[in-house]
Amino acid sequence: MTSPTAQRVLTGTHFMVGDHAVAEGAMAAGVMFFAGYPITPSTETAERLARRMPEVGAHFIQMEDELASMCAILGASWAGVRSMTATSGPGFSLMMENIGLGMITETPCVVVNVQRGGPSTGLPTLTAQADIMQAKWGSHGDYEPIAYAPSSPQECFDFTIKAFNSADRYRVPTFVLGDEIVGHMSERVVIPDASQIPYVGRKRPVPGEQRLLYEADESLIPAMPFASDGYRVHVTGLTHDERGYPATLPEPHDRLVRRICDKIRIHADEIIEVEEWQLQDADIAVVSFGSTARTARHAVAAARQDGIKAGLLRLITLWPFAEKHIRALDKRAKAFVVAEVNLGQVVTQVERFTAKPVLRANHAGGRMMSPEPIMDAIREASHAS
Amino acid sequence: MPAELVVDAHPLDPLLRADRLPHIWCPGCGLGPIMACYAQAILDSGIPRDNHVIVAGIGCTGRIPGYLNIDSFHTTHGRAIPFATGLKIGNPELEVTIISGDGDLFAIGGNHILHAARRNIDLNVICVNNFNYGMTGGQGGPTTPTGARTSTTPYGCFETPINMPWLAYALGAVLVARWSALHVRQLKNAISRAMEKQGFTFIEVLAPCPIGFGRPNDLGEGLDEMHLYQEECIVDHDVDLRQANIDLRQKQPIVLGNFVDIERPPFTTLPEQFRS
Repeated sequence: MTSPTAQRVLTGTHFMVGDHAVAEGAMAAGVMFFAGYPITPSTETAERLARRMPEVGAHFIQMEDELASMCAILGASWAGVRSMTATSGPGFSLMMENIGLGMITETPCVVVNVQRGGPSTGLPTLTAQADIMQAKWGSHGDYEPIAYAPSSPQECFDFTIKAFNSADRYRVPTFVLGDEIVGHMSERVVIPDASQIPYVGRKRPVPGEQRLLYEADESLIPAMPFASDGYRVHVTGLTHDERGYPATLPEPHDRLVRRICDKIRIHADEIIEVEEWQLQDADIAVVSFGSTARTARHAVAAARQDGIKAGLLRLITLWPFAEKHIRALDKRAKAFVVAEVNLGQVVTQVERFTAKPVLRANHAGGRMMSPEPIMDAIREASHAS
Repeated sequence: MPAELVVDAHPLDPLLRADRLPHIWCPGCGLGPIMACYAQAILDSGIPRDNHVIVAGIGCTGRIPGYLNIDSFHTTHGRAIPFATGLKIGNPELEVTIISGDGDLFAIGGNHILHAARRNIDLNVICVNNFNYGMTGGQGGPTTPTGARTSTTPYGCFETPINMPWLAYALGAVLVARWSALHVRQLKNAISRAMEKQGFTFIEVLAPCPIGFGRPNDLGEGLDEMHLYQEECIVDHDVDLRQANIDLRQKQPIVLGNFVDIERPPFTTLPEQFRS
């Protein structure tokens, strides 16, 4: 007899903690390999997968550290399976080395970072949203990641599936940047029928077509062979040419790094997702994401009651950054308020794309942001503009 | 005038990426014969060539994958073993071999070898020990013999080097051997045996590094360093591995041999065993 949980997609309505919803999203997306290391506040994802994955013949391994975890999921990806890890700030820091390897070798995989307060050990059990710039710039060199920011357990489920699909579609390590509040919050999670789970696989080489390993078409995304496919690929973290051979010279370096950045940039419009709420006539545009977007919504509603035309731009993707949405709002709104649990990260991006006043509602971490500081900033912006 | 021997092909040609030659290694380096032993073991293995995968970290030895015409992965410094772990578990049909240097596997990657051996992941690890960091120009490392001079041990290395076979044995590796780049037949046979076995196998290979290690220690050319190993080495398969440390000061013999060949269930068979 098969156990009722021995299936990939737990179709139905659940009351579920965010970290478990990440695990179920991964299961639904077809994850075949998870490598991780225990770390608060993401451990519940690993614990759930340790139980769930063997039920469907998938592989869970607890590695010796996060360096190894990140490297192992790259190896599994080249073996041809969907692979992921989950961690928090200190582990994300260790993963930066091999996130870089994933970027230069264009290896699809998913990295979930349930953010906590930093730097260093910081606040192991308490929230923050302070790894946004680390996700973009944490590994050395130029690259363009994709990062999703869930605001609820439902989105932990949904965005983990999105992350797998984007990772495969664009051949890039893809991040889910949650936070402790969302990771440890229990809410309703509706899991659809297996046939309703969106799936976008990797582009694979066409047999007989004489393309080189890293030769891309106009999409700039090369097809990906797997180990033992017979292509006898050479995959290296060195700068390489289209054959995959080391080519440590300025011209091939510029060609490679420009392509791995451009392959994301030219697809930015189809990758970027936002939610706009009450922005149509808004004078004050509040920009937020993750758990903070939930309180930002309260603040916007309260401001409306006070007669201030506020609206919310909720960032679903943090990277690539929703530059066009900020530029569009720049033409309509009188001022911006950026609400985030860090001392000023997303706000620096917003400032790049508007000449209007940009106010900050933030703190360094440790608790969910309450609506009051956001409301204060909205009022101040309203008076100033 | 000696007769000229002209051949069109070498038996190992299909295993090499000829378009990547000449290689970057120095004259007298031990990596060529070691790579040839591995290539020969692939041919002899009876395993389809497309199932053979090589993974390496960073350094001179880390460049071997780039010259072999199989699926080959040149990863980050120290991380060949965890990368290979993902490959092997992701596709258990792969025959995964890691060839990397002493610094890569035992300094920056030291933690990973402990746990891959302990878990008995089905990987073949070949550690090329040239007693120094060659790629970066001859610095001391975890296997630099006490007393040896390198650019970062200018007064002589005062640390104690790792005794790799003893460590691998203690961690439960199912095969442990040590040979030198001179002992090509024994090395090739040890690699073949490693490919036959299920589980974590470990082979240390001593390799001359005339530029990085030979020169500061007055060991002469690559050939002279090979001669030194020939003279200093004894073969003792049954040696007490506690005595297998290498000390070039004492004129103490360097012990080579096939030290361990045991059976332990490999990692990939264990989850099913414990769930049923």
